[in-house]
Amino acid sequence: MKKNADILVIDDEQVIIDAVVKICALDNYSVDTALTMKTGFEKISKSNYPIILSDIMMPDGDGFEILDEIRNKNIASLVIMMSGYSTVENAVNSLYKGALDFIPKPFTVDELLSSLFRAKNYQAIREKQKQAYPKKFNGEVLYVTCPSKYARLGYSAWMFQEREGSVLIGVCDLFVKTVDQIQEIELFNHDDEIAQGISCATFKCSNDRSHKILAPLSGRIVEVNDKIKNNPNLIEKDPYFEGWLYRIIPANFDYETKYLITSSSEKL
Amino acid sequence: MFNQIGVRLIFVVALTSLIIIGVFAYFNIKSQSSSLLSEVERNANQLGETVISSTRYDMLLNQRERIQQVITTIGEQPGIRNVRILNKVGIIIYSSDTTSINKMVDKKAESCYVCHAANQPLEKISITERTRIYRLHPDSSRVLGIIIPIYNEKSCWQAECHAHPKNQKVLGVLDVTISLAEVDKRIVKSELDIVIFAIVAIIAVGFSIGLFIKKWVSKPVKNLLYATKQVSEGNLNYSINASGKDEISKLGMSFNNMTKKLSEARMQLFQTDKMASLGRLAAGVAHEINNPLTGVLTYSSFLLKRTKDNPEFQEDLKVIVRETIRSREIVKSLLDFARQSVPKKNEADLVEIIDKAIAVLDKQLSLKKIKIIKQFDTNLPKITIDSNQIEQVFINLFVNAADAMEKNGGNIIVSAQQLSLSPFGIIQVKKATCRKRHSLIDNEYKIDGLPALKVKVISGGKEGIIHLDPVYGKHHNFFDLDFSIGKDAKFVCPECNTSIVNPDKVCPICGLPILDFEVEGQGIYEVCSSVNSNWEKWDFVDSTGLRPYIEVKVKDTGIGISKEDLPNIFDPFFSTKGQKGNGLGLAVIWGIIDNHNGTITVDSELNKGTTFTIRLPLTQQR
Repeated sequence: MKKNADILVIDDEQVIIDAVVKICALDNYSVDTALTMKTGFEKISKSNYPIILSDIMMPDGDGFEILDEIRNKNIASLVIMMSGYSTVENAVNSLYKGALDFIPKPFTVDELLSSLFRAKNYQAIREKQKQAYPKKFNGEVLYVTCPSKYARLGYSAWMFQEREGSVLIGVCDLFVKTVDQIQEIELFNHDDEIAQGISCATFKCSNDRSHKILAPLSGRIVEVNDKIKNNPNLIEKDPYFEGWLYRIIPANFDYETKYLITSSSEKL
Repeated sequence: MFNQIGVRLIFVVALTSLIIIGVFAYFNIKSQSSSLLSEVERNANQLGETVISSTRYDMLLNQRERIQQVITTIGEQPGIRNVRILNKVGIIIYSSDTTSINKMVDKKAESCYVCHAANQPLEKISITERTRIYRLHPDSSRVLGIIIPIYNEKSCWQAECHAHPKNQKVLGVLDVTISLAEVDKRIVKSELDIVIFAIVAIIAVGFSIGLFIKKWVSKPVKNLLYATKQVSEGNLNYSINASGKDEISKLGMSFNNMTKKLSEARMQLFQTDKMASLGRLAAGVAHEINNPLTGVLTYSSFLLKRTKDNPEFQEDLKVIVRETIRSREIVKSLLDFARQSVPKKNEADLVEIIDKAIAVLDKQLSLKKIKIIKQFDTNLPKITIDSNQIEQVFINLFVNAADAMEKNGGNIIVSAQQLSLSPFGIIQVKKATCRKRHSLIDNEYKIDGLPALKVKVISGGKEGIIHLDPVYGKHHNFFDLDFSIGKDAKFVCPECNTSIVNPDKVCPICGLPILDFEVEGQGIYEVCSSVNSNWEKWDFVDSTGLRPYIEVKVKDTGIGISKEDLPNIFDPFFSTKGQKGNGLGLAVIWGIIDNHNGTITVDSELNKGTTFTIRLPLTQQR
């Protein structure tokens, strides 16, 4: 078997494929490409790609099929979805179905590179765990050490319902582990609205990378954790308690929690 | 011509007056001529008595020449045709017409007939019987004949001439005939007068009635007719100039009201449709544009990274990246608009929300010298709404109002009140089942955006599905069948083929079967199965009566909106603010209110101000 490329890009636009290839070269990723879902599936079945970058709206199917395929066939690839039709539903659905990240089009070089960077780190963490617990680690499941009664959007952000009408929001430990040392956190202000699946905070890390956190729930911010502003490391130390980001009044709790993964779930 | 209501009315009035005047004229002429005749009769009687008494003395003295002279003299008077005295056997003794003297009179003649009609001649006749009116020839004028018997008395049989014996009762008869030509002429004249009067009166009545009918009935009806034509041609802005207090003016006003309501409803419907198609368009466009934008953004940001040591390029590339990111934000807002998230409704205090919106804009408004005047009903109940969205609505409305003010400020009057409106045309059937509890809601087929009710029709060996409007009272049904529904048609549940026809009832309008839908917890929704009938009934909803709404009016004293712009203000991208606005504000407001099952309408007068009226149902249907 020849050496696999690091990334498989599936998109029907040649311009975007070309751009992604060029960008990936900046960080020394090798890239394989597919212009249709069909060729994409063929390539996935033939070789193992650590990371798959796929568009959602394709002429011969939608990108979610990749996620289904990977889950059904127990393939170890990490998937990052991207779409020009960057609706909340697409973003949330992608994460719910097991994508690592969702990148709305159009994106900048840095946005794509930070997402790939996190994917690479995630992959590395998984490898490490695989070696540490070779028996316990069956398949590709990677546990997020989320406390009970917490629910999360993908592997990135969590939410915890303190009481009726008040929810805490924060970042999962795994997400924190995939990024470099956090140097600065850009947060929304009190009374701002956040929406599920849309960026609600940005971590500025070393190497000029910035990572966006997709909000796990929609709502109005009633309190911002000022402690983490002054001390971003608090998130790394205690992501689930002291390191919370916002206290919000959820806008559509019942509906949106359907797309969250509960701590008891064995799903990624 | 006769189909015109005015002409008919004039005809009926003219006919009625003709009959009334005719009857009046008939009786009037009759009474006039009879009083004229009786006057003539009285005169004739008197004349007869006069002749008898003036000749009496000469009779006693038997001076025949003198008697003849008196009779000739009287006979010469105008109007008197003939005066004669007959003896008891019928021989004319004296006469004004001397040629007939000594001639025998025919007993059957008109003048003798009174007494000689019976076999034995009468000896006494009453005064009324003495006169007779007759014609001598059929074409001559009428004459009045009077016969006065001359009775025997003591002085007659004792007179020296001994001409009459004592036992004779009637000595002779005085017969006077008077011409009625003069009288007849007068009767004809008065008949003519009355006919002329009647014609003049009928013309006058007809004319004046016609004039007022034209003014009060024909013209307004014509106006109404023209207005309905205008409306049917689609000009819903046409209004009638109706200012009076009569029924037709009221009809006109009610017509204006109706077209106004119709145009509002049409606008609302149109808007929903437009929003939906625009949403699809925006989503499609956004997707299409995002792909090329990705190319621009990735390449430019790629170049930006690669030319870090070339500050000359850096500046230019930064502009490209910045502007592309700006385009990205614009497309994103377009998508946000197209999406217009489903409202997340909770019980809230509307007054509090309005106060919040005012607080947000407080500084901005006081800078512009704009005062907000609040007129809220006390004890407004809580309302189920998405507080954030509704707050957005009021912020947008206040900003618009503020923008509409001239530099020297003005007032914004916000008023809120509770009112009750009929649920007809608002309430939606959300869950409907057949008798075996199969759902009859078709989520695949939507009518005006709402899942329709589905019914299977089996008729003449063919079958198909019809779709009924789920909104009670809207009747926007779809009968997409390639066959016609016959009398034998069966209406059944598509799943279990159980009939859903009400076995005990038929449509009160067309007599065709009624379909029954069991609505979970909300009784039975009945609807006529015919394409043509609009009959439907939902006792559960009807029994709840009027539904409570809160009506909020936001009125400003700004420059107002022109009549041409008014129909377009809720259109996306329509803006009168030029560069200042993106034209989405009111479109978003409209969408939010529509999502709350409410309505928003606008009234505006140039240079006086604009009023937005929002009606929100107190509770949302679940």
